[in-house]
Formats: sequence, structure tokens, C-alpha cells
Amino acid sequence: MLQFNFMTTHALRHDMPSSIASTESWLALGSATLLLLYGAMRRSPAGALGAIAATPLLYRGITGRWPGFLAGVMPEDTKTALSGERGVRVHESIRLELPVNDVYRFWRRIENLPRFMSHLESVAENPDGRSHWVAVGPGDYRIEWDAEIFNEVENQTIAWRSLPGSDVVSAGSVNFDAVRSGQSTQVSVNLQYAPPAGRAGDLVARLFGRAPTQIVREDLRRLKQLLEAGEVAHARPADDPR
Amino acid sequence: MKAVRYCGAGDIRVEHVPDPQILNPRDAIVKVTATAICGSDLHIYNGYIPTMQTGDILGHEFMGEVVEVGSGNSRLKVGDRVVVPFTIACGRCYFCKEGLWSLCDNSNPNAWMAEKISGYSGSGLFGYSHMYGGYPGGQAEYARVPFADIGPIRVPDSLTDEQVLFLSDIFPTGYMAAENCSIRPGDTIAVWGCGPVGQFAIRSAYLLGAERVIAIDRYPERLALAARGRAETLNYTEVDVLDELRMRTGGQGPDACIDAVGLEAHGTTLDAWYDRIKTSMYLATDRPHVLRQAIGACRKGGTVSIPGVYGGWLDKFPLGAAFAKGLTLKMGQTHMHRYLPSLLARIEHGDIDPSFVITHRVTLDDAPDMYRTFNEKDDKCIKVIIKP
Repeated sequence: MLQFNFMTTHALRHDMPSSIASTESWLALGSATLLLLYGAMRRSPAGALGAIAATPLLYRGITGRWPGFLAGVMPEDTKTALSGERGVRVHESIRLELPVNDVYRFWRRIENLPRFMSHLESVAENPDGRSHWVAVGPGDYRIEWDAEIFNEVENQTIAWRSLPGSDVVSAGSVNFDAVRSGQSTQVSVNLQYAPPAGRAGDLVARLFGRAPTQIVREDLRRLKQLLEAGEVAHARPADDPR
Repeated sequence: MKAVRYCGAGDIRVEHVPDPQILNPRDAIVKVTATAICGSDLHIYNGYIPTMQTGDILGHEFMGEVVEVGSGNSRLKVGDRVVVPFTIACGRCYFCKEGLWSLCDNSNPNAWMAEKISGYSGSGLFGYSHMYGGYPGGQAEYARVPFADIGPIRVPDSLTDEQVLFLSDIFPTGYMAAENCSIRPGDTIAVWGCGPVGQFAIRSAYLLGAERVIAIDRYPERLALAARGRAETLNYTEVDVLDELRMRTGGQGPDACIDAVGLEAHGTTLDAWYDRIKTSMYLATDRPHVLRQAIGACRKGGTVSIPGVYGGWLDKFPLGAAFAKGLTLKMGQTHMHRYLPSLLARIEHGDIDPSFVITHRVTLDDAPDMYRTFNEKDDKCIKVIIKP
């Protein structure tokens, strides 16, 4: 899912309803419920205090706003508080026992990306520096988008973002750091994206074990296998379901 | 081809399965000429190893003739006679370069499973659960060997299969167990468990210069075999192990203790019964009775070396005693590739003939029965080899 990733934060900002994200609502509701249950079970002054403390959380969980008496204390505007949290964010890193130049050159040839990013079908770079990406998402749903590299420093960093009109709004960067006196390279990936089916799509993906962080981790593991060992480890033929 | 498959705890079957194929450039396919049942296969047989699946092909000790090599494998050729190490290693990652072959970063396609339990994953293993990669094992007519340009060792025709087969696991495993004891001249080493790994640990301890080895078990035939390897023996059903070891070492304790038993230890003491009851009720993962005893017996500043397999979260683990005595604990899967050339040389020189441990020789069809026999230690069974 590294593939249909990469979004710019401000692109989604105006689509979001109310002041809070649904996750936060659920967190607030969940915490409130726990505190209320705890209070009810304790039948003690401490329990009662817990239950009272739960009230604002409950209010926020249901209405999406902090009650008036807390307005000055709690951050009302999550655009400010959570602007970096919109969409899905993924941060992963891996170390390879290769000089930084080898790893950078492999990654910069973005046609190579589908060789280790499992859900990516193809990437084609045009002479003008723009590229066309095709990914296969949940339920074999094909997703396509155009992207551009907007920042690159040789052997250090590559940053890209999707172009207007894409199926997925995304942005990402990968950093290459020479470590262990240059013997090894640490690759760090940062991604933000709006999944095609919004947060629900991400939730479904998580339910099926396709949490984006895990997918990026597996992609990076394959990168490491490919570059270090020269091949990606397989225990069985692809047509053997076990 | 025919293969030995796991079909649930206590249920081993020989069935026809598709022949293995080359999947990666560095692969080779080996026609298995000899394979063995390992004591650690019994942990699978008894249902102690998580992430096994019905139909998995068992076996991680095997050797044979190369019948096919991948396009990226220039080291092996068809017709080579090789022994295959049970750990799968790429040879190029940080851990392989450091000689920590069994911790290879690139050979376990299911590393995420092991990461959930251990934080980081060790190498892939043949026929030893999906957590360790889900690789089909070698108790079969043919086996696919990944990274075959770095793992398998060619063996000379002057040596028989029976002499070299155990380079695949138990000889190097017993040897590393002894090496982990940092043996110095004059040292006394105590070895719990006189199964195949224990037997090799005993002999390796002497090869590495130990003055005395004390072997602990309860089966007369195993103690007798240990004695043939010059070990002093101790039957734990007859004496108190801790008292006896203290007595025999002048109140000092053995310089190093080797737990060649692992997670299914038997014992006669209260803690051993406690482990038995707890594991039978699924309240504990392992039965670490021997490990507790080894820690209790070891001299101050000594080493406890653990070639025996452990799988989970140990109950009543006496870390306080280990701390109080400043012990060193060493353990882990064997770094196979590190030992193959030197141990093959030792066999060639006649320092050791590993075939001494074999008690049963059977065909693939007999494998299910032999799992039972080996598990029950019936018929004085110590080591089973299978010639497909």
C-alpha cells in the first residue's frame, strides 16, 4: 500500500467534516465508557470522581466538541492540533549492508519500485520528470496516479507528491543515511496518503492485516533481500497456498 | 515424490506431494540420500511448536545429490554430493558477515511472525514451522535448498552418508554448545540430556580440551553411550543432581553446564511436576526444569550453554541465582555455516565418527512409526536415520 500513498496534507483539509477525526471520537467515547464502568464498579469516592471526569469525554465523543467550560483549555481546532495527522501516515526504516550510493541509485530508478513493493504493478518515468503509477488495491481494484519528484539530493533524499487528477492524493519522502562508517545505509520512508475509500478503506485494510505500516515494512524487507541477497526469499511456489 | 508430513500433533504421515522446483536463482534441488529425525522434531510432533500447518513437510537434517541448480548458483553443479545445514542463510547480510549465520536477516519470508514474538527474526529453517519461514523439509525424496551457493558443503566420497549426515545439525549443534562453554584446560563440564546433541556436546567438550564431562540422563542405554564417549554418568532418578555435582566437584560446581534437553524436560523434583501440570493445562509454554537445575548447579562465574530449544515465556526462571553467581548464559540456533568446514575436517582426520549415535535405520515409509518410537524412547532408540 506504499503505492497508493503519498498525499499532501492540505489537499484533504477542507473535506473533513466537523472539528475532529472519527478516530478521536471513538477514543473519547471509549475512554469515557471505561471510566464510567470503572466508576460504577468501584462504588467508592475515587470511582465517582472517575465517572465525573468521564463526562466531558462523553460529550466530546458524541458531539465532536469539548463542553463550553473546557473550551479555553482543550484544543478545539484540530486543524491546528492534528494537521499532520490527516490521512494515513507511515514511517518505517531499514538498514542495508551496502554503500549509500548503491541503494540510492536503485531507488531513484523508480521503475525498480514494483520489484519490492508488492502492490505496485508498474511505475513509468516520463522524460519531463513526471511519472505514472499503477497499483493493485484491495479486491484487485486498480488505482492509477501521476506523480512528480519535487525534491532530490543525490545519495540523501528523494521526495515526491501526486499531481492533480490522481486517484490517490499522496506525498512521501525517502532518506538515505550512510551509517557504520559508510559500510551500511539506513533507509527511512515517510508517507502520507488518503486511501481510495477514505478512512473506512484503511480500517478494512487493517482488519485484513494489511496495516499500511506492516506493508511498508514488508516492502522494505524485500528491498533489503533483493539488494543484499540478490533475490527475494520464497518458501513455496506462488500457487501453493500454504 | 514421497514426503513426511505433519498433520497435527502426534499425526505424522507419508504422502505423495509435488516435486520441489527451483524458485530463486541461488537455489538447488537435492535428491535426498539420507535424512534424520531430530530431537527437536519431537517438539513439533508433540505440538509444542507454534505456526505448524497441516501438510508441512518435516525434516531439517538431510544430505544428498544435487540434481538441479538455479541460474545464479555457480558454486554447485549437478552430481555434487552435499550435506545441507538446517539454518538457511544468505551470506551477505550484517549477521551472516558477522558469522551469526542462524540470525540471517534475509532468509525468513515470514519474519513478521517471529518479530511479533521475539522483536526480530532469526534465519529461516527447513521444515520447522511457518514462523521460521515455512520451508518444506528434507524428510522427502527431494528438497529445494535456497542460497545453495553458500550453505551446502561438498563431502568426499571416502566418507559414508552416515559419517557426514550429522553435519546438517546435531554435530555442529553439540560442538557450538561446547564451544560456548569457553573451555579451559582442567574444566569440568556437566551435560544434561544424553540424546544425540548431548552425545556430540560430550565429545566436543573433550575435543575442546575439557578435563571431565559429567553426563546426566535416566536411560541406561544413553548413559552407556555417554560413557563410551568418556563421560562420567549420573542417573537423575537415583541421586540428587545438585548434591551429586557439588560432591563430585569438591563443592565448587561444574565450570560450565550444558542444557541439551530444552523445553520438554522430565524430572523427579517438585518443580518438574509443577511444569508438567501447568503445560498440560496450557498455562505454560515450556518445561524448563533442566535449565533451572543447570543454573543452580553451575559454579560461580561459570557458563550455562543452552543448545536445547525453548519456545515461549518461561515460568519460575531463576534469574536471581544466575545474577547472584555472575553466570554467563549462551544460547541460540547453531551458526551452522561457521562450523561445517572444520568439523568435516575433524571427521576426515578421524577425530570423531558421528555415526556412533545411530540406533535405527529405516525408509521413508517407516517414518511415522519411528517418530513414535523415538518419542517414547522405545527400543533403546537414540537416533533414527531415514534413507528414502
